[in-house]
Amino acid sequence: MNTERFISRRVAQVPPSGIRKFFDIASEMKDAISLGVGEPDFVTPWNIRESAIFSMERGHTHYTSNHGQLSLRKLVSLYLETRFGTRYSPESEMVITVGASEALDLAFRAIMEPGDEVLVPAPSYVSYMPGVTFAGGTPVAIETKEEDDFIMTEQGIAAAITPKTKAIVIPYPNNPTGAIMTKEQLAGIVDIIVKNDLLVISDEIYAELTYGGKQHVSIASFPEIYPRCVVINGFSKAFAMTGFRLGYAAGPRPVIDAMVKIHQYSMLCASVMSQYAGEEALKHEMETGFAQVEKMVKSYDQRRRFMLDALGGIGLGAFEPRGAFYIFPNISGTGLSSEEFCFRLIEEKKVACVPGTAFGEAGEGFMRCSYASSMENLKEAVKRIGEFVDSL
Amino acid sequence: MKHEQTLEILDILENNAKTTAQEIASMLDLRVEDVQAEIERLEKEKVIVKYTALINRQDVAEAEFSEAMIEVKITPQRDYGYDDLARRIYKYDEVRSVYLMAGAYDLCVRVQSRSMKEISKFVFEKLAVIDGVTSTVTLFIMRKYKQAGVVLVEEERDERLVITP
Repeated sequence: MNTERFISRRVAQVPPSGIRKFFDIASEMKDAISLGVGEPDFVTPWNIRESAIFSMERGHTHYTSNHGQLSLRKLVSLYLETRFGTRYSPESEMVITVGASEALDLAFRAIMEPGDEVLVPAPSYVSYMPGVTFAGGTPVAIETKEEDDFIMTEQGIAAAITPKTKAIVIPYPNNPTGAIMTKEQLAGIVDIIVKNDLLVISDEIYAELTYGGKQHVSIASFPEIYPRCVVINGFSKAFAMTGFRLGYAAGPRPVIDAMVKIHQYSMLCASVMSQYAGEEALKHEMETGFAQVEKMVKSYDQRRRFMLDALGGIGLGAFEPRGAFYIFPNISGTGLSSEEFCFRLIEEKKVACVPGTAFGEAGEGFMRCSYASSMENLKEAVKRIGEFVDSL
Repeated sequence: MKHEQTLEILDILENNAKTTAQEIASMLDLRVEDVQAEIERLEKEKVIVKYTALINRQDVAEAEFSEAMIEVKITPQRDYGYDDLARRIYKYDEVRSVYLMAGAYDLCVRVQSRSMKEISKFVFEKLAVIDGVTSTVTLFIMRKYKQAGVVLVEEERDERLVITP
């Protein structure tokens, strides 16, 4: 029986993730070095793991409030205020989700009518476009350029706005480019967003990972944008807690209420053990002046600088990333397409990187290298990439 | 060079002494010459004392090796204090480290030798008979789980999927 005919056209039209193909090849190769991993190379700090275990020992194995435990929301609220200067009521302007991914999905589903358009910068994280499509909306890519430091500009947004534009995704620090948007750069797009009455979905999952003395600035910290801004964040990158699946959204009450409505009928709540672990993560960091986070950031920063120099040394110049843990070298000078380059690199030199095109057509000519890997791996990988480039 | 940068150089070398000056320069955004000069200075001033390797002896087949921590109680005399007694102990080749402790005993002495027998011999022939040593408790190390911040007993495998978004 042909069961394909049951599949919704909306789902069928979304192509499978470009990352999948590389995953299949790379995971078959035993001694490949992977620069393709989109998660920290640290294991979750022991105090956080221990608190999850302890919560189970005490028998905390039940559902929590749909919004997430109030004690956790209070900590998140305090954290957002101390770290980014944005204030949210833990009672009514916040929901704890199964990873930031769920928060994104809820935001899209909560606002979308068929035909609504959502602006998404490209290249950017793989889930935004499909997420908008699954929610019934139409994603519209705004190409960000290397010469603009991969930021969103007023002109770029203006060119993409139509009467149907409802929302804009602002994902900085950015995966895959490593770009951040400074306070001044964000200020440059505030007016056009307000003037066109857009809702902002600000994905700030990499907020803790910025370098070179540049602190993350949340677009929600602009008073004129704050009332129309849903901030998405989580524990995965800042606390190396990817597998815990713990994230949150904070924003205006009507939007959060709508998101909670979907969340309560679909997820009910985020895993209770993860919520306890999240409390420990925030409590401990706030008590110790973010020492653990700063140690991680310092370690990433050293590897970031190493990669920038080392890739430059083999003739692959890269835009200097200021956030996340990715570097996005320009490989167009080799004459190969992103896919060709990455396919041949893994076949011939057993180094796995992700072609820029996995993050949208705008990623053509680039590849994403994650430096969340040991210095030994990074050194060997760059050496092999250098040999590959020389062989072309 | 800023004090903070010096500390970062020390951290990097403490973690992996094989990191080259060139690599450190990249990692910290400094000039190679400056890193080299700073390392030389630290070596000269004995801040960097020595470059060694962390060896997991348990995995060296048939190695004759034994190690003990000895808690030593001492009675310092006038004109012959803790430092003098410690010196008489740390001069022995078998002694790998000596620390003055706060608490139930005074000196923590780490000794390594080829066998438990040799260590016992060292304790009753050399250490226990020193004037001023009032008691010793010898604790043999049976297994090292973690040393210098590195877990030795389990391989910390990278459990991440090779490619993720």
